Amino acid sequence: MAVTAVLLQGNEAVAEGAIAAGARFFAGYPITPSTEIAEVLSRRLPQVGGTFIQMEDEIASIAAVCGASLAGKKALTATSGPGFSLMQEMIGFAAMAQIPCVIVDVMRGGPSTGLPTEPSQGDVMQARWGTHGEHSVIALVPSSVMECYTLTVEAFNLSEQYRTPVIILSDALIGHMREAVVLPEPGALRIAERGEPDCEPDEYDTVSSTLDNILPRPPLGSPFKVHVTGLVYNRRSGTPDTSDPAAAADLGLYLREKIYHHRDAIMRVEETEMEDAEVAIFAYGSVARSAKAVVKWARAQGVPVGMVRPITLWPFPTTAVELMAEQVRTVIVPEMNVKQMSWEVQAAVAGRAKVVDFGRIDGKLITPAEIKELVKAQFRYHRWEDV
Amino acid sequence: MTALVDEQRLEEPPSGDYQLPKIKPHTTSEIKAHLRSAKTLWCPGCSNGTITRALVDAILGLALDPEKVVIVAGIGCSGRVSAYLDYSTVHTAHGRALAVATGVKAADPSLHVIVAMGDGDSSAIGGNHLIHAARRNIDLTAVVFNNSIYGMTGGQMSPTTHLGDKSTTSVYGNVEPAFDLCELAHAAGATYVARGTSWAYQQLVNVIAGGLAHKGFSMVEAMSICPVYYGRFNLTADPAEFLRIQKEHAVPASKFDEGESRVHDHYPVGLLHHTERAEFVASLAKVNERAREASRG
Repeated sequence: MAVTAVLLQGNEAVAEGAIAAGARFFAGYPITPSTEIAEVLSRRLPQVGGTFIQMEDEIASIAAVCGASLAGKKALTATSGPGFSLMQEMIGFAAMAQIPCVIVDVMRGGPSTGLPTEPSQGDVMQARWGTHGEHSVIALVPSSVMECYTLTVEAFNLSEQYRTPVIILSDALIGHMREAVVLPEPGALRIAERGEPDCEPDEYDTVSSTLDNILPRPPLGSPFKVHVTGLVYNRRSGTPDTSDPAAAADLGLYLREKIYHHRDAIMRVEETEMEDAEVAIFAYGSVARSAKAVVKWARAQGVPVGMVRPITLWPFPTTAVELMAEQVRTVIVPEMNVKQMSWEVQAAVAGRAKVVDFGRIDGKLITPAEIKELVKAQFRYHRWEDV
Repeated sequence: MTALVDEQRLEEPPSGDYQLPKIKPHTTSEIKAHLRSAKTLWCPGCSNGTITRALVDAILGLALDPEKVVIVAGIGCSGRVSAYLDYSTVHTAHGRALAVATGVKAADPSLHVIVAMGDGDSSAIGGNHLIHAARRNIDLTAVVFNNSIYGMTGGQMSPTTHLGDKSTTSVYGNVEPAFDLCELAHAAGATYVARGTSWAYQQLVNVIAGGLAHKGFSMVEAMSICPVYYGRFNLTADPAEFLRIQKEHAVPASKFDEGESRVHDHYPVGLLHHTERAEFVASLAKVNERAREASRG
């Protein structure tokens, strides 16, 4: 069978990835620059037996996604900054009630209406801390059209496996960019299915998930007659329990640890030319594309520059950054916000290397030329060729 | 396309011989078999327990499969009903019950999805979801526990607190007119609208059963009493006296006179609106099936 490449937009790739992952429900509200995901899924989902609903706002969209997931469907929504802000309430509900679902945030300039058509990475901290209260988060950052597809599949797998909302942090550039991609054959990618609890309905309240064995929740409308709540609940029975500090601590720590305990399995970091690098560029999403070009340029001139690109942004790849800090003298952090991830990098580097941050918040991509200047400043005695 | 429009627009007037279901009340032990717990955190004299019992009576009366019943509730005094009922239950976020329920019903149309909300829950923070659920005519039954006040937070005014009423946030008297939730739901497109009171138990059971039996968006406004906050601030802290006042203000829909009601602050009870119109999930399934067939070529 001949392998054929297709020309896809990042947003289209997210939609196709969702279908490949087995998503059969989408609820959303139009917002630039994410709208194509809704448009494509409104056409594609019915073709595969799925359901598309346009809701009255983003709050309702994520709420309907939670409902559909509880009823047994893999479900997602897609939005951008202002809508992402509105969704925080129900993302917290999904985290607390352990509802698998995927939220795609195609980032644009903000705050408020901001720069609706221009890319930004201004929501990376909102993805981590946007909802109130202690909770763990998984957020993935694609930097190509192909990754929009594969990471959407991965997002669904992680959400099912860890019973948690998973956020995809795309941006206006990645979302609207077109690239030729060869989509994997059906069956080539791992697809995590939800499964059913391995016990009788009357035993369900007596078994408890452990960090290494996160039990699936039966769907609504089954003999299990589950109770789902956003209140603090007893982790075994699922019943609300707000009067026992021990139960609250047990649930809170479990919700945090069920992600952190598995961070090695969740974590994906791409390293480029890091073997002998003296200077590393820490870049993610669309900015990593510029950074990669700079690594190539520097290496062509024999200058030891490498790149560490987090694909999993949350949980933060602390170990990878620590190893990088042991090796290099400088870490350059270019990002389309002001210092949001560079603070995090600095904390992990903990003084072992110099951290140079570079931010842009004007809706324009950070160019290779800008990153080159930052690299040049780290190799003052090198005679750079004019290329 | 025209066929689709015709399908959707068609609104059947209610047939003249439509009768509300008449449910024979069930015994306390039959009711209790549908409860996870008969212990509640509701205050003494609160009528939320009466409304909860009426809901279970209606479910039993229509012989709905308990394993296929899903209760989706909001936040507030009414929201707690989700933990007490022994069905699949979801205690969502404040105001979001209808939006969550929309996802549940669309994902699995075989379920009987019942939405329990309070007055502030459904018409203030969740007001947008209420009018859109009604407009879509999605097959959900919304039971609004209306006690005219925010009880869980200690007695603040809500959109159904009457003009002039006192609450902890309208100590000088409420200057906002109250929503008529039934008029609101009707205007937004609900195809079954009814009101009952905690005083007239049998009628409440019947109007809830009517909503459950109806295919489309049904809203039942269940007039609740809150002697501890609303009553104490405005009428009476005595639950029996409060129920008597409720009885005086509730007028059967057939005898309701708009002019009279303004003078005496009466409201109509019973079935207020009933019509047939294409149901959202069924329409969606039809359109989706056509799309699926077309894509198969």
